[in-house]
Amino acid sequence: MTLQLTSILAEVAPHFDGYVYPNEAGTHPLWGVLIVLYPYITGLVAGAFIMASLVRVFRVKALEPVYRLSLLTALAFLLCATLPLLCHLGHPERSYQIMITPHLTSPMAIFGFVYAWYLMAVLLLELWFDFREDFVKWGQTEPGLRGFIYRTLTVGVTDVSDKALALDHKLSWIISIIGIPSAFLLHGYVGFIFGSIKANPWWGNAIMPIIFILSAMVSGIALCIFIYMVLSWLRRRALDVRCLDVMGMFLFYALVIDATVEALDLIHRTYSAQEGFYVMEFMAQERLFFTLTIGQMLIGTLLPLLVLGTLQVARKFVPNGIRIGLYFTCAVCILLGVLAMRWNVVMGGQFFSKSLRGVMSYKLEFAGAEGWFLGIILLSLPFIILTVLIKLFLSERMPTSGHVPHRMDNP
Amino acid sequence: MLATIGGVFAGLLALPAARALKKKFSKTTAPSDYDASKHKWLMCLDVDKCIGCGLCADACKTENHVPEAPHFFRTWIERYIIKKPAPNSITLRGEVMVDSPNGGRGGFPPSLVPRDEILKAFFVPKLCNLCEASPCTQVCPVGATFDTPDGAVLVDPTYCIGCGFCIQACPYGCRFLSPETKTAEKCTLCYHRITRGLKPACVEICPTQARVFGDLKNPIEDDPLQAFVHKNKVNTLKPHLGTNPRVLYANLDKEVR
Repeated sequence: MTLQLTSILAEVAPHFDGYVYPNEAGTHPLWGVLIVLYPYITGLVAGAFIMASLVRVFRVKALEPVYRLSLLTALAFLLCATLPLLCHLGHPERSYQIMITPHLTSPMAIFGFVYAWYLMAVLLLELWFDFREDFVKWGQTEPGLRGFIYRTLTVGVTDVSDKALALDHKLSWIISIIGIPSAFLLHGYVGFIFGSIKANPWWGNAIMPIIFILSAMVSGIALCIFIYMVLSWLRRRALDVRCLDVMGMFLFYALVIDATVEALDLIHRTYSAQEGFYVMEFMAQERLFFTLTIGQMLIGTLLPLLVLGTLQVARKFVPNGIRIGLYFTCAVCILLGVLAMRWNVVMGGQFFSKSLRGVMSYKLEFAGAEGWFLGIILLSLPFIILTVLIKLFLSERMPTSGHVPHRMDNP
Repeated sequence: MLATIGGVFAGLLALPAARALKKKFSKTTAPSDYDASKHKWLMCLDVDKCIGCGLCADACKTENHVPEAPHFFRTWIERYIIKKPAPNSITLRGEVMVDSPNGGRGGFPPSLVPRDEILKAFFVPKLCNLCEASPCTQVCPVGATFDTPDGAVLVDPTYCIGCGFCIQACPYGCRFLSPETKTAEKCTLCYHRITRGLKPACVEICPTQARVFGDLKNPIEDDPLQAFVHKNKVNTLKPHLGTNPRVLYANLDKEVR
């Protein structure tokens, strides 16, 4: 028996410091890299949609070149948002039960409906109303499968009279207005899934949904900047620097609010130093140093704040080429920083024991259901879908009535 | 008027229909003639009586076919060793060391702390806390985890999707994802036994009667539950979370979470 116990202790000891409940040790970490990607992707959706809403609802004309691109980005990422969850389930074949027999007190169950609402009642409808006129035109001019796709997408509504288009525009505007709170709801709800867990002091937090919404806006705008720039470089087209400046401005303001609220959370946690604070402090310093201090705070927040803040006051002194480079750098830093933030939330909540007596370590594996290889595949998928969507709906050779990048008049 | 009568009639029909549906979707291991509404189960644990023999953890594993791997337990024992304070430290108690090798199954190895440095040592049996406001039930997205009217919190393994939300929501670390069934597992109070008039395996085997189990709706003569709460000041684990556990502890030290 002593030998057996020794072998057990020897197996456990390298991974845990202090005491953790036996069941926590058995299923650690219960939620891995896939659950990190889930709020990350969902946040990008919400942020990209808010970005598009700036054009449609708030009439920020300078952002028109990225309007359709933002909407398609939101769609590509939304289509993949639940995939990490699905891959993570012990019984993915039973996942439909969430929609058929939802348990109404469960945040996860209601998320299914919020997701469905956002996909079908907001995003797809807004895209359809925006693209309908083009679908009709392209359906008439494009041959083969491509033409068939456009004709199918019109769902038989081929009236492109001024009256019909005015109605399209009005409905699209209404959907956009509904879409803004829906986007907040979508990602705020993801925050609530974590914030509602009172058993875990790292997660159970009333402002978790607010933090998620704000970081989603930041990451979504950064993603739109990133994709717009990459697309322009791939198409060898000049960037609309005015559009980039305005995106940079909104990114800066969103980042200021996000950083303020996250700092408030940090200060509150430190000042109130409630039960479990010291184990969480140790965990944050030891287990999350690179992702929290370096990734989230330094690279993802302070550096972009400094650069974007400087550009707000000294924009005209910085040449266009350097400005473009700085915007791209900031976008990449923020995208990495928000990914680190999701990691810190999801994994941080599992790096310490609910006994508040021990911390755990975790080595990200390459293969397997929780390995980083699958994570990279799942994170690449929205980009692949977006490529298809861009080829289909933002093609350079097809005439359009909408806001396509590089086809706008000079601002 | 007609609409009101129709509404009342529909309501009357809906109630039994909802009950039937709930029963259909909430599978338990109870015999068909067992009426859960006529029982209310409760467990009390006396920390001072537990000797850390680990028989309860062993019996539970055997009785419930809990995965053999050393980290999966429906019940386990924790050993608390409170060291004497360091000289001139102006504290009454020193460092607290907690362990639970193999869940206490098979007993505990000798402590690494020298005997003369130990101020106090005790064992704490752990199991599902049978929360009245169970957070695990609250968060289950499909209702696979459910509260029974007699006070047990059960999981329907044929319905659980294995998302792990309930495991995250349990403040006491009482749940795990079974590597065999890929569903959430937890203490059922040996539901298949208690619904047939038997005691849970851990209670049955405890040599010191540190675990006291009973039915609040059917108290027996010299009811051990009544005696337990008369004799002891009782406490629950993590009461500040508002889960309102129905597993009561006597002689619980503040270090136990």
